[in-house]
Amino acid sequence: MEQTLILTGAQAAAEAARLSRVQVVAAYPITPQSKIPETLSGYVEQGALKAEFVRVESEHSAMGVCIAASIAGARAFTATASNGLAYMHEQLHWAAGSRLPIVMPVANRGVGAPWTILNDCQDTISQRDTGWMQFYCMNNQEVLDLVIVAFKAAEKLLIPCMVCFDGFLLSHTYMPVAVPGQKEVDVFLPPYVPFHTMDGDNPVNINPVVTSEPIPDPDGVLSPGYIGFRHRLQKSHEGALPVIRQAGREFGQVFGRSYEDPLFGYRAEDADFVFVAMGAIAGEACEAVDALRQEGVKAGVIALRIYRPFPALELYQALRHRRVVGVIEKAISYGYEGALASELKAAFYGKGGPMPLISNYIAGLGGKELPTADLVEAARQSITAAQNGVVPEGAQWIGC
Amino acid sequence: MSEQSAILDYPEQEYILPGNRLCAGCGVTIAYRFMLKALGKKTVICVPASCLTILHGIYPKTPVMATTVNNTFASTAAAASGFSAAFKATGREDWHVLAMAGDGGTFDMGIQALSGAAERGENIIYVCYDNEAYMNTGSQRSSATPAGALTSTTPIRPKEQFKKDFMKIMDAHWLPYMAGISSAYPADVYKKFLKARQIKGTRFFHLSAPCPTGWFYPTKDTVKIGRMMVESCIFPLYEIEEGRLSLTGKSLSIARSGGKKPVDEYVAIQGRFKKMTAEQVAQFQKHVDEQWEGLLARAGF
Repeated sequence: MEQTLILTGAQAAAEAARLSRVQVVAAYPITPQSKIPETLSGYVEQGALKAEFVRVESEHSAMGVCIAASIAGARAFTATASNGLAYMHEQLHWAAGSRLPIVMPVANRGVGAPWTILNDCQDTISQRDTGWMQFYCMNNQEVLDLVIVAFKAAEKLLIPCMVCFDGFLLSHTYMPVAVPGQKEVDVFLPPYVPFHTMDGDNPVNINPVVTSEPIPDPDGVLSPGYIGFRHRLQKSHEGALPVIRQAGREFGQVFGRSYEDPLFGYRAEDADFVFVAMGAIAGEACEAVDALRQEGVKAGVIALRIYRPFPALELYQALRHRRVVGVIEKAISYGYEGALASELKAAFYGKGGPMPLISNYIAGLGGKELPTADLVEAARQSITAAQNGVVPEGAQWIGC
Repeated sequence: MSEQSAILDYPEQEYILPGNRLCAGCGVTIAYRFMLKALGKKTVICVPASCLTILHGIYPKTPVMATTVNNTFASTAAAASGFSAAFKATGREDWHVLAMAGDGGTFDMGIQALSGAAERGENIIYVCYDNEAYMNTGSQRSSATPAGALTSTTPIRPKEQFKKDFMKIMDAHWLPYMAGISSAYPADVYKKFLKARQIKGTRFFHLSAPCPTGWFYPTKDTVKIGRMMVESCIFPLYEIEEGRLSLTGKSLSIARSGGKKPVDEYVAIQGRFKKMTAEQVAQFQKHVDEQWEGLLARAGF
C-alpha cells in the first residue's frame, strides 16, 4: 500500500533501497549523504531489510565491496558525495567496465579544495566519463522513484547508475513523498538475476589483462581486445535510452508517476526563452519563469532527468524552434564552459535549420544563494543580446 | 606423521595447469598450488594488479582452474569483503574467499582496505605473497624491501630502512588466525591452510616468496633461498591462534635444538645485496636476532 510520508531526500533514497530489496550495502559517511547509510544500517539491524551492511573504512572500499558483491550475484547499493565520489574514481571505471548494475545515489556537493560541505554538481559532472548512467532529481519524490527505476534499467543494461540529487536542497529538506508498497515494488522490480553465476565446476577469470588486438580462445573463436570491450559499453549506452524510458513508463503504469520522458518541461510549450538545467536548480528556474511570464516574456524550463546517456535528440527536438536558451549549471569544465552547455550546442551540430542562441550561466557553486531575481536578470540579458544578434561568449558567472 | 608421508594425502586435483606466464623460478606458484588444493573448487580468488595477474594469464586464456576476480590495486580486501557479504546474503557460505596480494598491494597500497576488513572480522583468507619489492612493475622498492637491497628505485644506494614488520600490524587486529609461511615449505603451507579453512573470520598469511628476477640469484635456487630465510630465522614459520604464538616446522626445531644459521651466506648469494658493507650485514644480523628472540620469548622458549 502506498502511503505519503514527509521525508528528506536522503531518507527517500534509503526507502528506495529498502523497497528495492538491496542485498549488500557498503557505505562510508560523508555530509550530506550520511543519513542514507545511517537509515539503512538501522533497517538491517531491526530486520526491516534483509541485507549485509558492510561498514567500510572508505568510499574506495565501499565501491570495491559493491563491485565484488554484484559480481557474486547480489543487488549492491552504496551512496556518497563530493570528495568521497572523487575518492571512488578508479572504482567507478572498474564497476562500469565490469558491466555491473550497481545503483548509487549521490547527494551532490562541491569538491575541495577549499572545503565546502554545501551543494553543487561538480562531483558528479567530474565523473561523467566513467561509463555510469547519471539521473538527476528535482525533488524527493524523484529521488525515491528514480532509484527504483535505476535498478530496473541498470539490471537490463548491465550499466551502473548514479542517482544524483542536490545536497541539503533535497538531501536535508523535508517534502511529502509517496512511498509505494513493497508488493507493488516487488512486481516492478523482481529479484536480481546476475549475468554470470559463480560455479566452482566452471571457473572463470573475470577482468584479466586484455590485449589491444583480438586473440583466439582455445576453440579458435576471436575474443575482443581492449577497444572491443570499450566499444561494447558505448553501444550499450547508445541503446540505453529506450530501455530507461520503458522502465520509466512501466513505473508510471504501476505507480502513476511516469518517467518515460528523459526531459521535464515547465510552461515550455509556447516558450521563446527556455532555461535548461538539471536537479533542484530547475525548480528554481521555474520560479524565474513565473516572474518572466508576469513581465510578458514567454519563458519556460526544460530539465534533464537523464544526463548519461545524453538525450541529445530529445533536447534538439524540444529546443530547435526556441529563440534563446539559457543553460544554468552548478559545475564548470575549467578552461571552457559548463559541460551541459557544450553538449547542448553539439546536439544541434549538423542538423541544419534554425537553432536558438545558447547562453551559459554558472551559478550556485558551493551552496551560493541563487535569488530568482538574478536568474530573471540573466534571462533578460540573454534575450537582449539575442535581439542585438550578439552570440554570448563563454559562461557567465552569476553572483560573483 | 612426518610431512613427507603427508604428501600422499594431497588432493590430486590441480588448479594451476602446467605452463604460465610467471618468471622461471618464481616462488609464488609453489605455495599457491598447495593453497588451492587445501581450499578446493568453491573458492573465489581476489587478485589486484600484481605478479599473480600475470600468472592468471591474458584473456581469453588462463592456466588457473579456480574462479578468479581481478580488482583495483588498493581494494583486494574490500573485494574479498564484498564476496563474503554477497555469499552470506545469498546463502552460499560454503564458498571460501581467498585474497592474494603482493607486498605492494598489502604493506603499501592495500593496507587501508586490509586493516578495515581485518578490524571488521570479515570472513576471508588474506595472503600477502611477499617478494620484497614491486616485482610486477620491475623490482621497485617497497616497504617490504629489506635494508641493504638494491632495487630499480634504489639503484645506486641500497635501501636504508628495515623491512616493515607487517605481522605486528596484523597482530594488532586481534585476528583468530595468522601464520608465517614459505614457498620453500609447501607441506607447511598446506597444513596451515587446512587449519585456516575451518576457522571463521579474517585469517592472514604472510608468505615468503623468493624472486630470482628481483633478488638476482639463479632460478634453480628459489627453494634453497627460501630455506635459508627460515634456517637463519629471517623469516620464521609460525602461527598465531587467538593471540597464542607457536613456532612450526623448521623454526620449531631450531627453537628446540638450535642450529640457527648466520645471514652471511643468504646475503652473499643474492645480487641485490652486493653493495652491503660488512657493517650493514652485521646490522642485519643484529636486527634478525632481536626479532627472533622476541618470537622465542612469545612462543615460551
